[in-house]
Amino acid sequence: MVSGHSDTLKMPKAIKLLIAGGFGVGKTTMVGAVSEIRPLRTEETLTNLSVGVDDLSGVEAKATTTVAMDFGRISIGQDFVLYLFGTPGQERFWFVWDELARGALGAVVLADTRRLADCFPSVDYFERRGTPFVVAVNCFEGAPVFELDEVKLALNLGQDVPILLCDARRRESGKEVLIALVKHAYGRRPTAAAH
Amino acid sequence: MNPEWSPDEERLLDAPTIRPYVIARGRTEAQDRFDLISLAVTIRPTTGAEIGLDPEHQAIVRLCRRALSVAEIAAHLDLPAGIVRVLLGDLFDRGFVAVQQPQPEMDVLDERMYKAVLDGLRAL
Repeated sequence: MVSGHSDTLKMPKAIKLLIAGGFGVGKTTMVGAVSEIRPLRTEETLTNLSVGVDDLSGVEAKATTTVAMDFGRISIGQDFVLYLFGTPGQERFWFVWDELARGALGAVVLADTRRLADCFPSVDYFERRGTPFVVAVNCFEGAPVFELDEVKLALNLGQDVPILLCDARRRESGKEVLIALVKHAYGRRPTAAAH
Repeated sequence: MNPEWSPDEERLLDAPTIRPYVIARGRTEAQDRFDLISLAVTIRPTTGAEIGLDPEHQAIVRLCRRALSVAEIAAHLDLPAGIVRVLLGDLFDRGFVAVQQPQPEMDVLDERMYKAVLDGLRAL
């Protein structure tokens, strides 16, 4: 849909992908490795509607918070443009993801085996929301090496959730992760599940 | 001298904080109108003589000669995304830019899209 004063205007379709995971796990590094532009930073004011949801008084507190996100762009021919957003790393910002996740094709959860628990909130969130995601284990030097099955078990991932090793600094590796994500999202699309 | 005035109050008017909201004249209602990845493109250049267009509006019109997302415009102009949405709303209403909303989640199902994106990523 082009909402404008010229319906004949040819514009690409924008697609949003999220790169999530704990603080310092390499989200911006991965964005930078695959993006065709130097990662940019934008500030977004987001609404926290979730405060007090469990409160029986029914009073819903509404607060806003400003978060900075790094993002990059990959043009796919003339027709599509992918935007990769690194989600804010601090766990206390989990509530912002809803606005970020809306309309997203899928998400990459970056994991660091030295601090595996840091990615639990991301995994929980995307599972609950039904957003297709893959887990990419960023191979830091000196990090303990686990079998992917072990990591999968530790994260209690569903059988169908792809998990792969990556090097967030390498373009080729980031590409593989994104391809795995798009493939997975394709298999998970509602029309596919209905058949 | 105004006896109500206190020097402390002035500190609240921190220029970098206030300025974006002055540009948007305090409006925030456009927040829900455009997504971070809504793409904007200029369809009519400004002459510089338009009434009610600020330098920031003009800058957006210049930037969007090629389609850019709200997030990109915000980053290039160093403005919060919320302010860019308001300014973009003004420009849209006055016919300077066209804005393409991203696909709603339900529509992100097009098989051709997945294939094109996969092929595109493989070819990177």
